[in-house]
Amino acid sequence: MAKPKLKYNSILQREVKSRFIKDKIFSGIVITLSLITISPIVLIILKLIAKGYKQINLSFFTETAPNTFQAMEAINSGNVIPGGILNGITGSLFMVFLASIMAIPIGLLVGIFLYENGTKRYANIVKDITDILQGVPSIVLGLISYFWVVKFITNGFSAMAGSFALFIMMLPLIIRSTEETLKMVPDTIKEAGFALGVPYHKIILRVLIPTGLSGLITGILLSISRIIGETAPLMLTALGSMSVNFDISKPTSAIPLLIWQFYNDPNMVDLIWSSSLLLMFFVLALNLISKQIISKRNK
Amino acid sequence: MIDELNIQEKDAVLDIKNLSVAYSKGKYAVTNVSAQVKRNKVTAIMGPSGCGKSTILRAINKMHDLYPNIETEGQVFLNGVDTSSMSTIMLRRKIGMVFQRPNPFPTMSISDNVIAGYKLNGIKLKKFEREEIVKKSLQDVTLWEEVKDSLNKKGTFLSGGQQQRLCIARALAFQPDVILLDEPTSALDPVATKKIEELLIALKEHYTILLVTHNMSQAARISDYSMFMYLGELVEYGKSKEMFINPKDKRTDEYLTGKFS
Repeated sequence: MAKPKLKYNSILQREVKSRFIKDKIFSGIVITLSLITISPIVLIILKLIAKGYKQINLSFFTETAPNTFQAMEAINSGNVIPGGILNGITGSLFMVFLASIMAIPIGLLVGIFLYENGTKRYANIVKDITDILQGVPSIVLGLISYFWVVKFITNGFSAMAGSFALFIMMLPLIIRSTEETLKMVPDTIKEAGFALGVPYHKIILRVLIPTGLSGLITGILLSISRIIGETAPLMLTALGSMSVNFDISKPTSAIPLLIWQFYNDPNMVDLIWSSSLLLMFFVLALNLISKQIISKRNK
Repeated sequence: MIDELNIQEKDAVLDIKNLSVAYSKGKYAVTNVSAQVKRNKVTAIMGPSGCGKSTILRAINKMHDLYPNIETEGQVFLNGVDTSSMSTIMLRRKIGMVFQRPNPFPTMSISDNVIAGYKLNGIKLKKFEREEIVKKSLQDVTLWEEVKDSLNKKGTFLSGGQQQRLCIARALAFQPDVILLDEPTSALDPVATKKIEELLIALKEHYTILLVTHNMSQAARISDYSMFMYLGELVEYGKSKEMFINPKDKRTDEYLTGKFS
């Protein structure tokens, strides 16, 4: 009996066709999901620009926040709200600066310590605590700062108290990023230094840190972008101020604090959007700069 | 064994006595090795993976000190001086080391890589000293002509073989007594390997070279003396020419004829 002739070619073609269709379906799903992921950020930025651009002018950066009557008058006569958020901008930068000069040296040193002693018991305990610290809600850090700094050190709401809370938030971020960055420096580079008779501390200072420098800077920038928008811990510590303040023992404003104040005042609504736009700009810029540094390093 | 090789006391740059290394308590990677390394010769240490070749090499310049779990017993003499009485820092300046993979410092330029030993140790060099050391070291590794116009470029821009020669130049910059090379060509292509091999033969005029290799033919090509190691033991040590033709130990014979690797 003659076997019926099978068409091998058409069997294979059938299979290729079904793969092709499956591939299309899955690419479609993945593209849709990624669009869903990126759409919030795009929508946020578009909304902020649409609502906030009117208020962005020179006085926005050079004048302090207006009071509610000035704002009301302007709205009634159809003008943009006068004044700006200089007190918030300077306050944010001031407190981030204070937090950074505390967190960067300590964070780098602890990060180096953890990298060098990663297997030791004490270092592991420190690592675990760092991880826990990273998870502590920011409002709790604000409370702690309130009880330690506001009540006992500055005897009142202060930039010091605000930056202390931010410092605690920054610390674990810098510690872990330092440790991770140094881990990426190959051991062979370290050994090359040792084989030249270079002492241990000089290997850290002159080989490890320069080799990982871009990573360390990136970690610091990302930690700044993480804390610059924090509101909750500042409410309990820095409180806010209507004037520019560079005194660490006095209440100080910050952009997110101003946004909260504007939200509570129906006359100031327009300023919410422009302030948010500026804050968003800071965060985006820091992130983009970090990305740039990383991609340069990988070249 | 020493008598067989006819190495006079004054000819021995390195004198290894009863060296044992354990990676953790009681687990020896190298057991009781004694050998002398002759001045201005290329000595190869060969053997299958995990036989302790690199472990011996790294014991000589005390690289094991970096890892607290590793225990080293026995003595190593450098020009008759017990290395345990020397500071690790001085010892490593007298014994240069080249690693398996080229590892120039990525943040440094080519010329800075050559004088990295001076720079990192904070030894100040005058301009003419610096230029002289860079030029001489690079000439010694036949890299000068290739890089003399790009000394300020990063060392990592070079090809793998060039990078490895740069690393050898870095080791030569201190004018060491001995250069230890840990499988220096295993990450390189045949052309780059050939260059390094020719270089090592040329370098032995001024330096003593101790080379770890898993590549028998490389040992046969460039070494004057060979050690064969197996399971942490120094099985045989002799003139390469004799050992490759007429090995005395059965295990050496089996290794050389490819019965195991």
